[in-house]
Amino acid sequence: MSAPYAKLPAWADYGLIPLINLAVAFIVAGFVVLLIGENPLRAAAIIVDGALGYGQGVAYTLYYATSFIFTGLAVAVAFHCKLFNIGGEGQAYVGGLGVAAACLTFDSILPWWLTFPLAVAGAAIAGAAWAFIPAYLQAKRGSHIVITTIMFNFIAASLMVYLLVNVLKPAASQAPQTRNFLEGGQLPKINWMLEALGFSIRSAPLNVSFFLALLAAFLVWVLIWRTRLGYEIRMRGHSPKAAHYAGVNEARIIIITMLVSGALAGMMAVNPIMGDLGRLQIDFVTEAGFVGIAVALMGRSHPAGVVPAAVLFGILYQGGAELSFEMPGISRDMLVIIQGLVILFAGALEHMFRPSLQAVFARLPRAGGGALKHGGDA
Amino acid sequence: MDLFTTLVFLLDSAVRVSIPLLLAALAGLYSERSGVFDIGLEGKMLAGAFAAGAAAAVYGSAWVGLGAAVLVSTFFALVHGFASITHRGNQIVSGVAINFIAAGSAVILGQAWFSQGGRTPLLSADARFRAVQLPFADAVSDLPLIGRIYSDLLSGHSLIAYAAFLLVPFTWWVLFRTRFGLRLRAVGENPAAVDTAGISVAWLRYRAVMCTGILTGLAGTYLALSQNAGFVKDMTAGRGFIALAALIFAKWRPVPVMFACLLFGLLDAFAIRIQGTPLPIIGQVPVQFIQALPYILTVILLAGFIGKAIPPRAGGVPYVKER
Repeated sequence: MSAPYAKLPAWADYGLIPLINLAVAFIVAGFVVLLIGENPLRAAAIIVDGALGYGQGVAYTLYYATSFIFTGLAVAVAFHCKLFNIGGEGQAYVGGLGVAAACLTFDSILPWWLTFPLAVAGAAIAGAAWAFIPAYLQAKRGSHIVITTIMFNFIAASLMVYLLVNVLKPAASQAPQTRNFLEGGQLPKINWMLEALGFSIRSAPLNVSFFLALLAAFLVWVLIWRTRLGYEIRMRGHSPKAAHYAGVNEARIIIITMLVSGALAGMMAVNPIMGDLGRLQIDFVTEAGFVGIAVALMGRSHPAGVVPAAVLFGILYQGGAELSFEMPGISRDMLVIIQGLVILFAGALEHMFRPSLQAVFARLPRAGGGALKHGGDA
Repeated sequence: MDLFTTLVFLLDSAVRVSIPLLLAALAGLYSERSGVFDIGLEGKMLAGAFAAGAAAAVYGSAWVGLGAAVLVSTFFALVHGFASITHRGNQIVSGVAINFIAAGSAVILGQAWFSQGGRTPLLSADARFRAVQLPFADAVSDLPLIGRIYSDLLSGHSLIAYAAFLLVPFTWWVLFRTRFGLRLRAVGENPAAVDTAGISVAWLRYRAVMCTGILTGLAGTYLALSQNAGFVKDMTAGRGFIALAALIFAKWRPVPVMFACLLFGLLDAFAIRIQGTPLPIIGQVPVQFIQALPYILTVILLAGFIGKAIPPRAGGVPYVKER
């Protein structure tokens, strides 16, 4: 490369580049808002105000963020093994079966704090089971996991409609959903936590699974960076050949990674089903599985990045709902555009600004001079 | 209705359902054969359908709609190319992004321009591609067997439908009988060899991606201007992914792609037909099972139980000259 070149310092690599990518995504989204004749700055102000300006909004933001943390972590774990799990949507959907199984069985006899772990386990098992077949096919037969997980999203959708309409629906009811859970199948809200901070909240679905999401983020960090298994996962992700040479059983690692990923995606189901709806119903995932892709890319697959990225998308979801009241031209589909733009700029085009940024850093007097000696010819 | 009439109607609706699949799958064929994976077929088709619906509604002409669809789909295809060819980004990620951007933009812009909840206005007959009656379709319809097949099954589709089926041999000819096709296949298998021969890998792949854009535009036009009278939110409904499945099912070859699309179309038509009626021997088959069958079949195929689907060797790998 003839242009001046410098290795970026860590803060630029992990902080500045994602921020630039994110900023570009939002600028393009702003142009879309301009195109339909609204003021993008006013739209942004409404989003921020609607999501963070009052207690109710904050609670909803964190409720959405809870789901996105789970699905974001699911995608992130798979990324570390260089697997792209697009099946989070389907795994979360099927994960709902595990939650429903636990709640429908135990909600009349156990209190919520005993049903909760059972439901979490059920969700994780169901989600992992749904990820197992694509994982097995990738590991043993070389079927491309991206395609199989996409196919499994559709198969999951058909399966769940079938089960809800023909099996789980109470005989007397018309709507494709299970019966409402009793008290033992509903999670307590944690709005008091925000009220203690001085917010006032009428009703919001923020519930204890928020803590579970944070715990999951911590455990994923431990798994990936502090365990032998995590090391093997990352090694397989960086270089399958090196991993093979080091004696890592590739098939085993692929399957385990996907099981963890599917379990995390499945656990997302606990949040809406036990925390808000109080029953299993059609399409409860509402694309959270796909948001997880954007969240993982934006958080650079690190739990410390995934959690804030999930909160950001929580802000967009809650603020976006407010926005559609204020500006009727902008429905929640605006979020889908933003999500796509974030995936495009933070994911597919993540290296677009790197060369120019490296050139800038190379010209900086102090940092550039030192780095040029090492990296000048690279 | 006798069995024969039922069969003709079933096949006729199978053909109708399979046309957007066929166009989208052929679109994917160009891109993937050149080594650029494309799971953004769905989004490009949807963007094309919206552009066709919107332009046809405003200008009252189906051909303007077609032109707009091709332009918009090609634009998205070029974005995919920019990310995955020029910037060597992850092709899967880029495809996912395009699906979302297209789905969101179509609804937002549709609502802003037409205020009908994300739909485009209902089109008059002039702004659509109407059914084309083949010559003598009426005259021969009384003939037994052949007459019915000719007038009910072969005749009465839109221009785009006939174009779609003509594109199958055309694609075969382009890929396997022209210099461009040879190079396109080569760049999907071994780009370094193509580069060594002094041919630009990037430019070849860009041309392949543009072919994809044009064909997904056609697929979208068919959905918005032939099958329906305007654009409706999420009208592609996963067809881009079924097309992708068909492409894999056909092992990236044009003529098998046609048969795979017809098979998936037949399954779909069959699912609609048998809803609620029990079949002999098997009994009642849940309609959801038949709807999921294309996906299940693709997974079984990918697992290598029905032959082996081997993708183009350089597929999904960005080409780096210095390596």
